[in-house]
Amino acid sequence: MSVTSASSAGVPLRRHPLHLRIFGKNPLGWLFSAPYLVFVLVIFAYPLVFAVYMSFFDYFFAAPGAQVDRPFVGLANYAQVFTDPKVIQSFGNVLVFLVINVPLTVVLSLLLATALNAVVHARTFLRVSYYVPYVTASVAVVGVWLFLFSGDGLVNRLLGPLAPSPSWLVNSHLAMPTIALFVTWKQLGFYILLYLAALQNVPTELYESAATDGAGRARSFFSVTVPGVRPATVLVLLLSTVIGANLFTEPYLLTGGGGPNGASASPVLVMYQQGIEQGHPGYAAAIGIVLVVFVLIIAFLQNRFAGGRD
Amino acid sequence: MRANGLSRGQTVLRGVVLTIGAIVFLFPFYYMVIGSLQKNPDTTVAGAFPEPVNLTFGNYTAINGRINLLTGLANSGIFTGGVLLCTVVFGVLAGYSLAVLQWRGRGVTFALALLVQVIPFQLLIIPLYVLIARDYGLADNYLGMILPFAINSTAVIIFRQYFLQVPKELFEAARIDGAGEFRLLWRVALPLVRPALVTVLLLVFIGPWNEFLWPFLITKEASMQPLAVSLANYISNVAATAANPFGAVLAGAVVLAAPVVVLFIVFQRYFISTDIGSGVKG
Repeated sequence: MSVTSASSAGVPLRRHPLHLRIFGKNPLGWLFSAPYLVFVLVIFAYPLVFAVYMSFFDYFFAAPGAQVDRPFVGLANYAQVFTDPKVIQSFGNVLVFLVINVPLTVVLSLLLATALNAVVHARTFLRVSYYVPYVTASVAVVGVWLFLFSGDGLVNRLLGPLAPSPSWLVNSHLAMPTIALFVTWKQLGFYILLYLAALQNVPTELYESAATDGAGRARSFFSVTVPGVRPATVLVLLLSTVIGANLFTEPYLLTGGGGPNGASASPVLVMYQQGIEQGHPGYAAAIGIVLVVFVLIIAFLQNRFAGGRD
Repeated sequence: MRANGLSRGQTVLRGVVLTIGAIVFLFPFYYMVIGSLQKNPDTTVAGAFPEPVNLTFGNYTAINGRINLLTGLANSGIFTGGVLLCTVVFGVLAGYSLAVLQWRGRGVTFALALLVQVIPFQLLIIPLYVLIARDYGLADNYLGMILPFAINSTAVIIFRQYFLQVPKELFEAARIDGAGEFRLLWRVALPLVRPALVTVLLLVFIGPWNEFLWPFLITKEASMQPLAVSLANYISNVAATAANPFGAVLAGAVVLAAPVVVLFIVFQRYFISTDIGSGVKG
């Protein structure tokens, strides 16, 4: 491809045929991209292979250069993943999280983006308000949520007799839903941003012809907007699922390490506890791989049912 | 706006709903500031609108006594600055070579940049921890902190997108005038994509500044921890022993949140949906 475009541009090819054949018309491209390529190899490709390798061994930490025995254990780590009640519980928790977080994210961000897109007054103020939680560190906003949702916090004061007991974050039925609500609120601005971009690509004529055909607001929302932003919806589904599966900071801090009794532990939290705290990185790597397969299956199903046939 | 067929009542209703939503989104930030200034935590509804006499900066002194806020801010700054520097230098070079230069492997490199965003970071944390902290001995080291985030792939893709939009004739004209590729990049391409640069800087800044898991794993020494890590450690370990734990936590939270929120508000016009939508994946 590079050679044809090179000759069509009229550049004399005869001078360096071999070097052109190896590097293309502009070998400087290699040089410019080399740091990035090295980065991808060192930070993504090699660790990815290493993770798979490690998951088949009883791997442990050793001082640099020290020779230690790290026996090959075959699928033992994987067998343990599927029998360890803590791991199974954490996968169940993340499922609860996704069932609440993902639909809520898609619906709220699309509705808010549609409303924001049409708004004329105070546009900047409104957009900034919705983006601010997204740009702020989770660790910082976790502090406020702990304060708001604590036993005698503002939320319970407002609810009065309706306040749950035990309170939100120490209640084994409410801890995970509260975390899901937190993450939805925290990330929503980003998805609103994606939907706002997608809404610019929905042709205005479609709304006009829908209006001519007598479609009301709700009708044109469902038959023009929703199909028009479907690629963005697929992206929002995928990203919110991947980010949800990555959950770590919130259960670590909001519920004091996945409490009560592991009711809000996420797989990544268990990976951290197993891999780093207890020194079984091989086992943690196996949990990571199972988690990724789990996410891939969900993403595939979402794509199958929400992606449409176009 | 009559064009989209809304009655006056509907427009007002939409405005009310959006305003209530905005208040829900902003209230925790207001409450963060109020909580950080309260002498004693007051969780009543009246406590959210306190008398000025009950406010104090004592919580900021208290949290600064437990975790050194300045050190934390400096570490966060070095971590974020390192990532920004690497992303701008190497990301611009890669984006330029992907958009403008013709070389073998260009397609594969672009595919890699897309693929990398699909790999979940949680799978990589354990091997990266083994490699960086154990094998390379880069625990409690800025380099070890920066390395996994050094070149943001989303940024590479956005840079490529922007360089693609620069008219080809400009490059050809400059090449005919005898300009080298570095000169072209520096003098022709970069000035044209300056707005994109601001958008990307803003987007990249958020990542490491707010990142918790990786620096938390790689730093054990308090003097090396970014503010997000030291504040999180304070929340999970020592908050119970402080006189006004919430006040101190919220004071730390304000210090951690303020730089990003201020930067974001100042540069919000660069945070435009179409710019980011073109390249963002994760």
